[in-house]
Amino acid sequence: MAEIVSLADAVAEAVHDGDMVAMEGFTHLIPHAAGREVIRQGRRELTLVRMTPDVIYDQLIGAGCARKLVFSWGGNPGVGSLHRFRDAVEHSWPVPLELEEHSHAGMANRYVAGAAGLPFAVLRGYTGTGLAGRANIAEIACPFTGETLTAVAALRPDVTVIHAQRADRAGNVQYWGITGVQKEAVLAATRSVVTVEEIVDKLDPRPGAVVVPGWAVGYVALVPGGAHPSYALGYSVRDNDFYLAWDAISRDRQAFGQWLARHVHGEASR
Amino acid sequence: MTVTAARALRDRMTCFVGIGLPSQAANLARATHAPNLVLIYESGTIGAKPGSLPLSIGDGILAETADAVVSVPEIFNYWLQPGRIDIGFLGAAQIDRFGNINTTMIGADYAEPKIRLPGAGGAPEIAASCREVIVIVRQTRRTFVERVDFVTSVGFGDGPGSRKRLGLTGAGPRKIITDLGVLEPDPAGCELVLTAVYPGTRPADVSERTGWDLKVSADLAEVPAPGPDELTALRALLATIPDTAEAL
Repeated sequence: MAEIVSLADAVAEAVHDGDMVAMEGFTHLIPHAAGREVIRQGRRELTLVRMTPDVIYDQLIGAGCARKLVFSWGGNPGVGSLHRFRDAVEHSWPVPLELEEHSHAGMANRYVAGAAGLPFAVLRGYTGTGLAGRANIAEIACPFTGETLTAVAALRPDVTVIHAQRADRAGNVQYWGITGVQKEAVLAATRSVVTVEEIVDKLDPRPGAVVVPGWAVGYVALVPGGAHPSYALGYSVRDNDFYLAWDAISRDRQAFGQWLARHVHGEASR
Repeated sequence: MTVTAARALRDRMTCFVGIGLPSQAANLARATHAPNLVLIYESGTIGAKPGSLPLSIGDGILAETADAVVSVPEIFNYWLQPGRIDIGFLGAAQIDRFGNINTTMIGADYAEPKIRLPGAGGAPEIAASCREVIVIVRQTRRTFVERVDFVTSVGFGDGPGSRKRLGLTGAGPRKIITDLGVLEPDPAGCELVLTAVYPGTRPADVSERTGWDLKVSADLAEVPAPGPDELTALRALLATIPDTAEAL
C-alpha cells in the first residue's frame, strides 16, 4: 500500500547508493524535482536507467551521482547535445560513466519483460547494427518457425521514480497524455516513488488515463510543478525556453556548478 | 531541402517522424499537398496535427491533436514492428555509400569516442521496419563517408542482398535529401547515386562534398525551385518556433 510522504522522505527511504534507478517519463511527466532531490541527498554510484537521459540525467551525471548509464537516446530534444553526459563519456568528468546502450524498442521491451516477470523479451530489432550482440542483447531462434529474432534481458530496477498528474488518498495514481513506459517501469521495479501534481479525495475516470493501483506503488509525494522543465498535461506546458537555455548552462563546468549551487542546493531550490 | 523532403510525401501516407528537419518537412507536406498525412511520433502520438512546430517529440500539442495516444511499448511493438508504417524519416551524423547511418559516436574506438552523439533512439527499428526510409541530412565530407564509424541504423548493409539476409522487412532508404540535391540507391548495386540537384548546383559541387567516388545518374534531374505556396507555408511554420530561421 502506497505511503504518502514528503519528497525528501520518499527519496531517503527508496533510493540508496549503488541502486539501479529508473526515472521515466517520455518527454512528458519527467520527475525532475525527484531528480534534484537525489542530487541534494548526495547519492553515489547509481546505475541510471532511462530511455532518454534528457536534462534530468544530464544533471545527475554532472553532479557525480552515476556510475553507469543504461539508455537509448542521449540528447537534448530539439536542441542538441547533453553536455554533462558528453563530458562524462569523453573526459570522465566528474567521474567515469560506463554505458550500456540500446534502441528505444529494445529498452521498451526490457521494461515490458521486467513488468511481466519474464527473464527477457523478444523483438525484431538491432539486426545488423553495431549494437547487436552487446550487453543484454542476443539472437534467439523462434521455437515455432526457426526464424532468428532478438532477445533483450528484462530490466529490474531497484527503484523506479515517475511523476503523475494525480493520486488519491489511498495512493492510487492516475496520469494521462503521453503515457510513455512508466507503468512498465514501476511494475518492473522493487520499489517505486511517484510525485504528483495534486492529491484528491476521489479520482474521476478520464478517457485514456492510466491508473496504477496504490497497492502496487511504494511512495507518493505531493510535488506540484515537479516535472518542470518537462510538463504535466492539463497542469503545465513544456518549458522549451529552459531546454534551449540548458545548452549554455550545461556546456560549461563552471556554469553548471553555479546552477547546481543555486537551483539544487541553494535558495532557489525549493 | 525541407521543401524537397515534403514533396516526397504523398497524401494519406503514414509517416514515422523524428524531431527537427523530418518534423518540419512532414508538417509542411500536411500544410500543402498532403492534408491527410498521418504523422506518428515515437512518443506514441498517432495522427498528430500540430498547428505549430513542436520542439520535442513529446510536446503537449502532439498529444492534444492526435487521433490516438498509445504507450511507448505499443508504438514500437504494435505499430512500427509489423510494418504498418509507410515512411520512416531519419537524420544522420554520418551516412555511407550504402545508406547505413551513424548517430552513435565519431571515432575509431567505441570506448573512447572523439565525439559522443545521442545514440539510436527509435532509428534502428524505423530503418528496419518502415516500408521505406527517407533521410534528410546536410551534405559535407564529414557526413558522407566511405564507411560509418558505427552502424546505428542499417541502410543496405554491405550491398545487394544484405537486407534480406538480415531479415529486415522494409525496403530501406528510398531518397537521401540534402542541401545540394537528392541521392537514391542504384537498384542493382544499392549504392547511393546522385539523381537530382538544386538549380545552380553542379554535380562536381556535390562530389566535392562526398567522401566516396560519387556516381551521377545518367538522367540527372533538376529539383524545381520552391513555389510561392510552399515558401509561404514553410515560413508560417518556422515562425511558430524559435531558432529555426536557417532551415530554408
